[in-house]
Amino acid sequence: MSWQPSASINNLRERAQILKKIRGFFASRDVLEVETPLLCSTSVTAPHILSIPAFLQSGKSKIHYLQTSPEYAMKRLLAAGSGSIYQITKAFRLDEKGLLHNPEFTMLEWYRLNFNHHDLMDEMDELLQLVLNTKAAERKSYAEIFTDYLNINPHSVSVAELKKIAEQNNIQVVASITDRDTWLQLLLSHYIEPQLGKDTPCFIYDFPASQAALARLQPDNPDVASRFEVYVKGIELANGFHELQNAGEQRKRFENDRIERKTLNQPDMPIDELFLSALTHGLPDCSGVALGLDRLAMLATGSGKIEDVLSFDFERI
Amino acid sequence: MSFIGLNEIRSGIKLIIDNDPCVVVDNVFVKPGKGQAFNRLKFRNLKTGRVIERTYKSGDSIQTADVVEIDAQFLYGDGNEWHFMAIETFEQYGVHETEVADAKLWLKEQSECKITLWNNTPILIDPPTFVFLKVVETDPGLKGDTSGGGSKPAKLETGAVVRVPLFIQEEEVLKIDTRTGEYVSRAKE
Repeated sequence: MSWQPSASINNLRERAQILKKIRGFFASRDVLEVETPLLCSTSVTAPHILSIPAFLQSGKSKIHYLQTSPEYAMKRLLAAGSGSIYQITKAFRLDEKGLLHNPEFTMLEWYRLNFNHHDLMDEMDELLQLVLNTKAAERKSYAEIFTDYLNINPHSVSVAELKKIAEQNNIQVVASITDRDTWLQLLLSHYIEPQLGKDTPCFIYDFPASQAALARLQPDNPDVASRFEVYVKGIELANGFHELQNAGEQRKRFENDRIERKTLNQPDMPIDELFLSALTHGLPDCSGVALGLDRLAMLATGSGKIEDVLSFDFERI
Repeated sequence: MSFIGLNEIRSGIKLIIDNDPCVVVDNVFVKPGKGQAFNRLKFRNLKTGRVIERTYKSGDSIQTADVVEIDAQFLYGDGNEWHFMAIETFEQYGVHETEVADAKLWLKEQSECKITLWNNTPILIDPPTFVFLKVVETDPGLKGDTSGGGSKPAKLETGAVVRVPLFIQEEEVLKIDTRTGEYVSRAKE
């Protein structure tokens, strides 16, 4: 194992420049920089996001976790009246390592009061133009993207059809996948994503309600959630929501997550009651987005691997 | 029988897939932010040489293959099997002629080569990258034509036929690149 950094010093300099630009961007818009804890007494229930456990007190068996995202804590600040906020923080995810993944990574997350998800896409586009010198982004709905690339309606297509499309595109899958969302995610990540954002960043918005996560559903079309993602040069860079405010609905989604975790044989995760109390107290109307800062640095430096922009990747710690 | 998790598989690792030994060429972790994690595994079937790509769930595992590569010497062919000897252990291996595949174009008796063994059975014979073989048959050379302007077929002592420059004569020893089957140069005396 090498003691030397995985990134070149030049890339680290460029990374510092990006951080400076981001802080300037939010300072000029009066968005408050905050810090929230990395250690949490509970973590996300999302079935495909696994948390790294931690112990806070010797002799006590209570498990804490390294946060996978600062979302709940930041929403508690919003409910407490912070106004628009942003944060640059470390986040941690179990078993995630690859060209675009490191178990410890840096996230830029921000929330804007009285923004819907389209307003936030506008702002994110401006940030991308500032940091990556990109042209104005294109914007397509989830349905449009699947129609354009695979000629299917993702909201109504059957599992059997999705399976056939994968085969036709030479994607051989050695696993039984029985739900539509996983097939859609597979086709998006294997087939569509590599082609997205080649010339300009590409926003995909209005995800299926079944992939809403913490986004609100659209009042006039409850099959669709006000969620978006942005892709640049085939890389998934950020994920945002017009935030769900309803505590009861949020609790229901968490309970469903826990049921799904059970079917997937994943460890149970207690619901974050402090977060739900904050929602009950009242989350102001806002949109929020989380952006992978390491990936942004990869794009800015033209790097092919996340380790090229990390001082020390997980193989050097 | 041992298994390895998709997350731990690196290129070069040997696995059993579809009952055949395979070597991993590439293993890419693919995870949508909110979705199931996958690994896209690219591997070469060691028997057929075919490269295939498949997607697995990251939590799954695959059986590892007991595959080793040894240095060996080609002893002789008896019309049915080709016989090799491991240089380190002197152990002898018989390989059916059809399984020697392309390697037989480049191997003469006493030649060194590499044998890939799966559960101690040879599955692949690799000749050295460069071999030196004598020309046994070719059209008369054009003396003095060293410009390399044209080429002609030449049959080598192993039976392989390669394209050579016009100035090459019978009985000359040539250096051949076995990866492409192409003439490289005359052997240096």
